[in-house]
Amino acid sequence: MLDAQPAPLVQVQDLKMHFPIYSGLFRRHTGDVKAVDGVSFDILAGQTLGLVGESGCGKSTVGRAMLRLYEPTAGRVVIDGDDVATLSPEALRKKRPTMQMVFQDPQASLNPRMTLADIVSEPLDEHTNWTRDQKLERVYDLMDQVGLNRRFVNRFPHEFSGGQRQRIGIARALALKPRFIVCDEPIAALDVSIQAQVVNLLEDLQEKLGLTYLFISHDLSMVRHLAQRVAVMYLGRIAELSPSKDLYARPLHPYAEALLSAVNEPDPVLAAQRKRIILKGDVPSPANPPRGCNFCTRCPRVMDICQTVKPDLVEVEPGRLVACHLYTAAGSTGTSEASEHKKHERIQQGETR
Amino acid sequence: MAEPAASVLDVRDLKTVFRTRGGEVHAVNDVSFHLKPGELLGVVGESGSGKSVTMMSLLRLLPSPPADIRGGKALLNGRDLLTMTDDELRSVRGAKVGFVFQDPMTSLNPVFTLGDQIMEPLIKHMRLSRRQAEARAIELLELVGIPGASQRLHQYPHQFSGGMRQRVMIAIALACDPDVLIADEPTTALDVTIQAQILELVKELRRKLGMAIIWITHDLGVIAGIADRVMVMYGGQVVEHAPVHELFANPQHPYTRALLQTIPRITGPRTTRLKVIEGQPPILTGPLTACPFRARCEHRFDACDAMNPPRRAIDAAPTGQGHDVACHWHAPAKAEPADA
Repeated sequence: MLDAQPAPLVQVQDLKMHFPIYSGLFRRHTGDVKAVDGVSFDILAGQTLGLVGESGCGKSTVGRAMLRLYEPTAGRVVIDGDDVATLSPEALRKKRPTMQMVFQDPQASLNPRMTLADIVSEPLDEHTNWTRDQKLERVYDLMDQVGLNRRFVNRFPHEFSGGQRQRIGIARALALKPRFIVCDEPIAALDVSIQAQVVNLLEDLQEKLGLTYLFISHDLSMVRHLAQRVAVMYLGRIAELSPSKDLYARPLHPYAEALLSAVNEPDPVLAAQRKRIILKGDVPSPANPPRGCNFCTRCPRVMDICQTVKPDLVEVEPGRLVACHLYTAAGSTGTSEASEHKKHERIQQGETR
Repeated sequence: MAEPAASVLDVRDLKTVFRTRGGEVHAVNDVSFHLKPGELLGVVGESGSGKSVTMMSLLRLLPSPPADIRGGKALLNGRDLLTMTDDELRSVRGAKVGFVFQDPMTSLNPVFTLGDQIMEPLIKHMRLSRRQAEARAIELLELVGIPGASQRLHQYPHQFSGGMRQRVMIAIALACDPDVLIADEPTTALDVTIQAQILELVKELRRKLGMAIIWITHDLGVIAGIADRVMVMYGGQVVEHAPVHELFANPQHPYTRALLQTIPRITGPRTTRLKVIEGQPPILTGPLTACPFRARCEHRFDACDAMNPPRRAIDAAPTGQGHDVACHWHAPAKAEPADA
């Protein structure tokens, strides 16, 4: 990793987010929903990492835990030099302007009683001591950037269409000039013809402002379009983390392969030729994940070792990390010292602790 | 139009209006289509394009008021659904025409067991005894691929996953061996791998049972994989209609062409910039006097403002049979593939 690539802006190491389950008469702590169970990745400055997976795999939880919207159970989240996971409340507040979020449902994430101006300037109220005029000037500036007509400044969210509402959400996220934005399914609630408008806007802003994105989505074709690297999640863990072009050309992890084969291409000739891998059954519950590999209950290429030993995420080809026993050398016993060491070395990318 | 004998369903000039406080909303504007036995017709459009309202109008599932079916015919095996008495219609819904709705989470009743819900149409429409109905229900659950059917019958919807619930919905829709199955975005709420399971199931059921299907979706990818013919809707009307291969290989309407280009692919060269359809879908507050797509269309000219274009045939087949389009603009011949 000593080539001319930019340095990582975001480094996530072994992030865990467990939600406790309380049950019985005395509400005793009887277990955990392991929504995120040891996730590591990094995002290079100015790039986009796509985080894909099916509903319930923990991809949104990763995004939320990274910004400390949840208190992570364990792990480090280094954003621009600070470990967000352990910052004190006051330091975290100061840190917030550098990291922002665009939410999935623009209907639900905008307060219906606030005008566009109120919504977009709220972060400014909180983090600056600007005058009203300065703030309004910034709001206008942001509206220009996201393509909203300045005349709409005093309108309420219900007066906007879905695509326009998502633009408001983006303007709000940009208000404090962040460096890193988590986009949590920002286009899932929009119509196809509107999706492209929002995606192009996100790309323009990235180029102009040098933003770094974590793009969380279940739309694999849109992620291919947007992201330089893609992490495929399954049941709280990363199955594969590869450069986008390699992943889509030749997925290595059996789950990534099945996921990609399930995508419907808008081309009837191709659709007739393609061989789909139809996975049997459903995703197991994250409160009671299978022993060994998370995917062993549905994997078409399952082996004996998969049911007992959890595979580590290791680099199997240059730049490609896969958590699968198919790719680890024969006789490997999973969590060996060597592979653990290698994993961290790769993820930290020369960072000194 | 097809002679009635050839089509199991023949809809002509259907028109539905919603009366609201803000005025009338013309949701369905002179929609015509037909469905042959055993055929799968895909209906594509964005939200608000009228695709669901069209199908719900056929079975008069929309509350009236506000909905008002202003005109048209919907012949099911030669009998007009729109002029039937309520009693007659009741014998059609669920028996001759099955309906699968988008959201499997909300379309099953949480306080009844699945057995009760699958057996209901069997007892009501087919006049089976409880015991016969139960045997048939188990058969149906096995048909849609639910293991352990006889135990599952006594469980409640919350004990099933999304994909399983959608399988149950399909089982209910198939219970009375319908001639037509209308599936309204049946896989939209599901994850891709589960969606792939359901699509495989529907293909298999079609081979086994041979009913005609109307499949409503906004996802051109899904349509490409399963449909025989496709009808593209915009602004409450049919803007393009063609056999599936023809539509994807040779799209004619500027909306269809643009839509196909806004979607990034997972194979082939990576797109550098997505094509955008600027603007918003129309608000249908009056009868259409001009093309509903004109404000977003890159080929707009005088005629588009003067008159709403009727459907015209592209190939030799009569309108509604082969490839037809509702557009004043003539797309250039197929030399450059789908590049406007």
